[in-house]
Amino acid sequence: MFETLSDRFEGIFARVRGKGRLSEADVDEVLREIRLALLEADVNFEVVKSLQSRIRERAVGEELSGALNPAQQIVKIVMEELTASLGGETMKVVPAQKGPTVILMAGLQGSGKTTNSAKLAMWFKKQGRNPIMVGADLQRPAAVEQLRTLGRQIDVPVFSEASDPVAVAAAGMIEAKALGRDVIICDTAGRLAIDAELMDEVRQISEAINPTYTFLVVDAMTGQDAVTVAESFHQTLELDGVILTKLDGDARGGAALSVKEVVGRPIAFASTGEKLEDFDQFHPDRLAQRILGMGDMLTLIEKAEEVFEADEAEKAAAKLLDGQFTLDDFLDQMQQIKKMGPIGNLLGMMPGVPKEVRDVEIGDKEVGKVEGIIHSMTSEERAKPEIIDGSRRTRIALGSGSSPAEVSQLIDQFKQMRKMMKQMGGFGTKKRGGKRKSGKKGKKGRSSGGRVTAKGGAKIPKEALALPGLEEFEGMPGFPGIPDLPGLADASDE
Amino acid sequence: MIWIIVIAVAAVVLLGAGLFFFRGGGSGATPPLQGTPRPKPGTSVLDVGDNKTAGSSAGTDLLERPSADVPGEPEVEEVEVVDEPVVKPTFRERLAKARSAFTGYLTSIVGRSVDAQTWEELEEALIRADVGVQTTQDVLAAVREKATADKVTEGAEVIEILRAELKSRLSGFDRTLKLADTSPSIWLFVGVNGVGKTTTIGKLAKREMADGRSLVLAAGDTFRAAAAEQLEMWADRAGASIIRGAEGADPSSVVFDAVESAASRGADLVLADTAGRLHNKSNLMEELTKVRRVAEKGAGTVSEVLLVLDATTGQNGLTQAAQFTEAVEVTGVVLSKLDGSAKGGIVVAIHQQLGIPVKLVGLGEGADDLIEFDPDAFVDALLAVE
Repeated sequence: MFETLSDRFEGIFARVRGKGRLSEADVDEVLREIRLALLEADVNFEVVKSLQSRIRERAVGEELSGALNPAQQIVKIVMEELTASLGGETMKVVPAQKGPTVILMAGLQGSGKTTNSAKLAMWFKKQGRNPIMVGADLQRPAAVEQLRTLGRQIDVPVFSEASDPVAVAAAGMIEAKALGRDVIICDTAGRLAIDAELMDEVRQISEAINPTYTFLVVDAMTGQDAVTVAESFHQTLELDGVILTKLDGDARGGAALSVKEVVGRPIAFASTGEKLEDFDQFHPDRLAQRILGMGDMLTLIEKAEEVFEADEAEKAAAKLLDGQFTLDDFLDQMQQIKKMGPIGNLLGMMPGVPKEVRDVEIGDKEVGKVEGIIHSMTSEERAKPEIIDGSRRTRIALGSGSSPAEVSQLIDQFKQMRKMMKQMGGFGTKKRGGKRKSGKKGKKGRSSGGRVTAKGGAKIPKEALALPGLEEFEGMPGFPGIPDLPGLADASDE
Repeated sequence: MIWIIVIAVAAVVLLGAGLFFFRGGGSGATPPLQGTPRPKPGTSVLDVGDNKTAGSSAGTDLLERPSADVPGEPEVEEVEVVDEPVVKPTFRERLAKARSAFTGYLTSIVGRSVDAQTWEELEEALIRADVGVQTTQDVLAAVREKATADKVTEGAEVIEILRAELKSRLSGFDRTLKLADTSPSIWLFVGVNGVGKTTTIGKLAKREMADGRSLVLAAGDTFRAAAAEQLEMWADRAGASIIRGAEGADPSSVVFDAVESAASRGADLVLADTAGRLHNKSNLMEELTKVRRVAEKGAGTVSEVLLVLDATTGQNGLTQAAQFTEAVEVTGVVLSKLDGSAKGGIVVAIHQQLGIPVKLVGLGEGADDLIEFDPDAFVDALLAVE
């Protein structure tokens, strides 16, 4: 998401970065480019104007008088302003103080209310809650059926009946109480902001259920109109937040930048894929970083945290840095990583990954191919890929339905990666002056206390962590090299 | 491709491990939610997906009302539809109320002689209508040139030049819906999620049936929950027959079956629904290419591939059109949801840069609210000064 906006900013800052000082003309040029980029990204016109003037004021005013690197300053200012526009901090979605947490989903037709009701229900389930979904969309044919199907998929009950939407919503509250459900998510029909009758209906629903949170579901591809829509719904319903959907498309999602600024309500959640688990809280600071080409490391870390077991991850990393990593380990890790989402998405979140790489789509098919190749190897071959000669390679290729060239490619890359990681590990070890090899064995299962000894025998070198092998990317075939990252130093110094 | 996977896996492993060293070091982990328990790191999100089939627990069943209720609902709505006057809404009437937001600019321009502010306001008005920065600048450059040549001094005249310019850019396109020489013809509907493909097919089915064509609907959206049910309800309303497959079935085979069925009963037209897909998912786009290819394996011919585009879509609409055209050779656009406050300026760029005309416009939720696109009325509505 937001690739093109990042690319654009990268282009602008690359030009500015070369200069020692930033003239007023430079600032204006940067601002013009920023304006174009933001407008093309569907950021609302008014929002662009106000962003632009705020950035200008700060860039030309006090801060530029300092002798510090002006380009860095601009990056910082733009980022801060973008973050502020996006809503500052991550919205805290906390359960109701007493009684069930009631959520009302509203929005235009086709924005994704029904699907995201289910995604939100699943999110609450992961927080240990017991949601119920109420299908008050009696307008669209089969909308309730869709909700029921989704409910079955995530094992969440669905309530609906053929009456009128307000009555369904009210009855849903009673049903939830009877079933002891503590989160009630009410899906409503899509409606246009100018349809007075339907807007009145959704207001009545809101009065009937008195929601803890009212979310407006907004399509990330929406154009200039997103703000008008959000304003109208806000007038009727007093929104608490926005759920931004279809962020996995290549729309630049200017809607996200605009809504908070104009309506004063943050983006609470973002939906980033068709699967029901592709849904998470929205982190404005991360998105701003991403817009500026600084990746989305925090999201990645959070995802990793959900998927990896501490000791397993330690073990794998230790092996990796020791050069003991086998193709079996690789396969294991790949299975884990797949749970975090499509590998292509993960790459997009890493900072500094160039556009060319981000744009390469890595589907299940490609990952499946790699798996297939490894599965076709004997365990000896997996442990020691060096022994794979011509005939073994042909056998593996036949077994996995790939070409011998692909097999060699995988093995070569694997070996190269292993070597690289070993060097990195060796470097860290030397620097810390400790032997990092042992330590880890047999520490399984002690997930709380034993993770890190004070000495940190197996501590991953900071440079390995800070950025997983970024410079090393350059050694890979066909890799265009990593652009200098604006402001990255700032970010990692925190 | 392979090397990227290798690197990604290695990077994520390091990251994953590093994470725990950090976290273990007692540095404050950022709690995503206050006051609620965090899931254990080990609990896999994917478990839920695995339970798909076993998912209908007692709890769910308890809540299921007699299923007869569900089909009952739309009938209520249908009564309303029937009650509506048969007069089709005109483009102008329907758009009139949606345009108010923008008349402010134009009113201001009309009242003055031309100055720098005029051009700024025109630019702003067009960008606000989602025409896009590049197309706007392009259009305004042409208008400015003409205005200079004609020595125009009044704002009102500039707007007339702009009107003529936009109209000429939208003119000369063939907007008729084509039928193949031999039946059945296939009209394939494609687009991103939530644009209104199924609804468009429903409306169009009713219209074509009323025109005396015999139809088969193909429920090719086998991905979205209950998409086939939704289409089936439209089929019932229109009196068209429908072919559907199981959820998760291969959409190509569903469309193929529908074409075969149409051929065997001598139907004229197959309206084929497809699952919404984001145009940047190449595997899904390949699937769509296959649907189109397989659709023509039997007796039918694909004579229209209609991209349904939500009129509220911003600049991404152009990318959508380009990508879908690459995958399935889009022959026309259906601009949906043009009622409301939508402006749909992106279609100017789609006409200009891709040469794909808008053929139909969705102006409301009723079955009769799908009408032919009228470029002049569209431009007039865009520039309405009242």
